[in-house]
Amino acid sequence: MSAEPVTSDTADASAAILVEKLNLWYGDFQALLDVDLRVRAGAITSLIGPSGCGKTTLLRSINRINERLGYVRTTGSIRLWGLDVLDPSVELAQLRKQVGMVFQRPNPLPLSVRDNVLFGTRVHLPDGRLPKKAESDRIVEEALREVLLWDELKDSLDRRGTELSLEQQQKLCIARLLPVKPRLLLMDEPCSALDPAGTEAVEELIWKLRGDYTILIVTHNMAQARRASEECVFMLLGEIIEHSDTASMFLNPANSQTAAYIEGRYG
Amino acid sequence: MFEATAQNRNNRKVEGLFRLLFLWMTCMLILPVALILGVLVYRGGPAISWEFLFTQPLNNMTAGGILPALVGTVWLVVVALIASVPVGVAAALYLSEYAPDNRLTRAINLAIINLAGVPSIVHALFGLGAFVIFFRFGTSILAASLTLAVMTLPVVIVATRESLQTVPLAFREACWNMGATRWQTIRKIVLPNAISGILTGVILEVSRTSGETAPIMFTGAAAFIPFLPQGVLDQTMAMSLHLFVISTQVPDVPEHMPFGVALVLISMVLAMNGISIAFRVYLRGRKKW
Repeated sequence: MSAEPVTSDTADASAAILVEKLNLWYGDFQALLDVDLRVRAGAITSLIGPSGCGKTTLLRSINRINERLGYVRTTGSIRLWGLDVLDPSVELAQLRKQVGMVFQRPNPLPLSVRDNVLFGTRVHLPDGRLPKKAESDRIVEEALREVLLWDELKDSLDRRGTELSLEQQQKLCIARLLPVKPRLLLMDEPCSALDPAGTEAVEELIWKLRGDYTILIVTHNMAQARRASEECVFMLLGEIIEHSDTASMFLNPANSQTAAYIEGRYG
Repeated sequence: MFEATAQNRNNRKVEGLFRLLFLWMTCMLILPVALILGVLVYRGGPAISWEFLFTQPLNNMTAGGILPALVGTVWLVVVALIASVPVGVAAALYLSEYAPDNRLTRAINLAIINLAGVPSIVHALFGLGAFVIFFRFGTSILAASLTLAVMTLPVVIVATRESLQTVPLAFREACWNMGATRWQTIRKIVLPNAISGILTGVILEVSRTSGETAPIMFTGAAAFIPFLPQGVLDQTMAMSLHLFVISTQVPDVPEHMPFGVALVLISMVLAMNGISIAFRVYLRGRKKW
């Protein structure tokens, strides 16, 4: 992990996320302790660790959705592509356009499949400049093709997103992020509500999106981290214990706590 | 091994006893409603006719119809709705979607609960002081409706807030995470999914408003006006007050008339409630998430 200070947005182009000395408190409880993290652009990085270790907190700090809780206090810095996202001048709507988030439980909106995919576009444009029919058809098709749903759903674009199977819902939730061209996707246990087949399909999709997007994925499932990520970060009690490429972490963990967790002695 | 012991038998007896007790109490609850309706239909039914509904009262309200009262009640309810629904829905939206959980919010919530607990006669005096005298609306439909609006505001706010809160938080989170503002989220997702509950609340408010007597007595309703109101600054007759007047203030009213008025009034209220329930059932069946 690089420790040298980053001074401008020309820094280290291969890092999509650079977290430095991040401390975070929920009221009096400190959930993150001096977290340093460098996430490689275009790669899939998984965050693993036992419940309550701060991995979801870290994930949610990156698009600043944590702040909504009100009693959250943060120190340190989070840079995305060299820019400090904790800066007061950051427009949250723009941040969230660049940083898509996928949740544990698929949460398609109670709208048609088409409107789900177009939602982001509509939110970010004034009413007068919404895409025309042909353009929006193209956006919908492109996004659904990218998440491997087009063939299944091309004839049922008017179905409600909430009526799809869970696997389709989760893919739709990923699809609706894509039209606004995010660069980073945050995923909070994206497969934990799915059955094995759904998990496999969504993992496959995540793997396919690698390269086009930087992906940071929180998972409880070590087999998933192993299968579906290139780099792996192990957290414990609000600290990052180990960060290396996935293969070597699972074969040869450097830290004894990591080894114990991977072997299933706790967590 | 599996035979009942004396203790088991005793438990079962007590169980049965309480079941019966609660069933009996539930039946007692239905009884007054059934009796009221039965008596009204039996004694007021003969009074109901097109003529009764659609003509003016005659001979010092001892004959003729109830048209001005019927029309007056509709006026009062509609104007009260126009005043209270936008304010109530906006307040509920603020409280449910924007307000942080702090002392001010808690104070507002407390105020709403207290407003709901104010006796209607106190609302009536408030309306007299505020709308009739201070704002110089005089005794008019406007003053009476505003009084009713203030009185029913808590109902609208609470019903709206409850239906807003049935929209799962996950939808809001999905929107916020795509960069939608609160208002975009409300307009595109929350309101379309809460509108059914809000309408139900509004209909309930209508039914409640149409039966109120005290708040309109000093502020806009009159015992006898032989013409229909032409605007919101006119005084008007109203069903509830008309019932009160012909039951207690006017001599020699034929017996079936007050019952007929009561039957029409309660039919209005029940019809409203019925619509509201049907609406709720229909929309609940349509929701899938």
